[in-house]
Amino acid sequence: MVVIVDYDAGNLMSVHRACRQVGLAAEIASEPERIRAAERIIFPGVGAAGSAMRSLCASGAARALVDAFHRGTPMLGICLGLQIALDRSEEADTTTLGMVPGEVRRFRLADPALKVPHMGWNAVRVVRSHPVLAGIEEGDEFYFVHAYYPRPSAGADVLAETSYEGPFCSALGRGNFVATQFHPEKSGRKGLDLLERFGAWDGTC
Amino acid sequence: MLSKRLIACLDVRDGHLAKSVKFVNTRNIGDPVAKAREYYLDGLDELVFYDITASSEGRRIMLDVVEAVARQVFIPLSVGGGVASVAHATDLRLAGAEKINVNSAAVRRPALIAECADAIGNQNIVLSMDIRRAPATADIPSGYEIVVNGGRQPTGLDARQWALEGERLGAGELVVNSIDADGTRAGYELRLTRMLSEAVRVPVVASGGAGEPAHLHEVLTEGKADAALVASMVHYGHYTVSGLKRHLHARGVKMRMSW
Repeated sequence: MVVIVDYDAGNLMSVHRACRQVGLAAEIASEPERIRAAERIIFPGVGAAGSAMRSLCASGAARALVDAFHRGTPMLGICLGLQIALDRSEEADTTTLGMVPGEVRRFRLADPALKVPHMGWNAVRVVRSHPVLAGIEEGDEFYFVHAYYPRPSAGADVLAETSYEGPFCSALGRGNFVATQFHPEKSGRKGLDLLERFGAWDGTC
Repeated sequence: MLSKRLIACLDVRDGHLAKSVKFVNTRNIGDPVAKAREYYLDGLDELVFYDITASSEGRRIMLDVVEAVARQVFIPLSVGGGVASVAHATDLRLAGAEKINVNSAAVRRPALIAECADAIGNQNIVLSMDIRRAPATADIPSGYEIVVNGGRQPTGLDARQWALEGERLGAGELVVNSIDADGTRAGYELRLTRMLSEAVRVPVVASGGAGEPAHLHEVLTEGKADAALVASMVHYGHYTVSGLKRHLHARGVKMRMSW
């Protein structure tokens, strides 16, 4: 059973529906004990880092997520779920979970024609192979909606890059945690394939 | 770089797909769930449902349609038509809509945009604007006026000023729908689309008037739109989603070409 972590950060039903589509049994939960007991975890989210962290800490889910990470539970972060796994976010100057060293910054673009948030379909280029990203081919595009982007401290944690004025990290991974800045649940067949591979991943790479 | 988006708009009336010419003479043209699935499998980038039902019973059917589509279509799904409260927007979101379009109700009560932006996030609130040419006056300096109630009622609001106000209130995207061009198949209103796209920093979707692939090309280049919305071009089978994308891609417009 996959536990989709609920912390009032956006519409989790779309992730749930996409899991069901690829035959992944999933439940939405926020209780720390269910997160600790999960076989695998999806940590989604759209919204603001500050309010998300407050909600995660208040429910005890923050501690449970870090525990599950250290115990080796396969985990997939999506969008805000990726950003919150880093040490800190420039968004409301928030200290975040610190599972992956690094920080989150806001896009500051020189070209006035480029819009923020970065919203729409963009190419994801895999720079380090990973079981969950296997099958993403040159030129494959995924759906993004975000105004902040991750900057992992260790280059080895960067799994994929996407270009918006310059390149930024669009997927990262460390041990049993893998995360995408894009939304696999809204990225058509390619995104569903990624969720399916996560469902089969043993947490090693 | 971001790809330009091809969006298909399905007007739904009492659970059926409808299509109008200049916003009148609507007729049923099929099952919206089947159409949505067909376009999704053919590479559509985003889907918009427009609820042109007035009755509350129709509204419930609409929620069912959204839910049925969300179960099998895994691209962004946007819904509009008659949304006048955060509660209605939230119902549609729970049914599976990503983005919520507001239109006439936001003209009557602009605070609706800010309320929805707070509740569901800026990126998920879309300001849809129905716009008609008007003589340029002190009140309508751009020469384009916002109209409401399906394009019938002028408001005295200048389109450019309303676009800027919508952005300021928190709309994350604008749909620019030309009533003059709607259903004519003679091409999008390029001048209007470009003017609004240059005025705001949020993405602009061009709507109304598409009749042939060259129209999409011109609005995504000259018109500076981030996305082109089509309806009758694909609904009647004259063109396919993938065929339109191939046409644009072959002419140098960046499109998502594998799915």
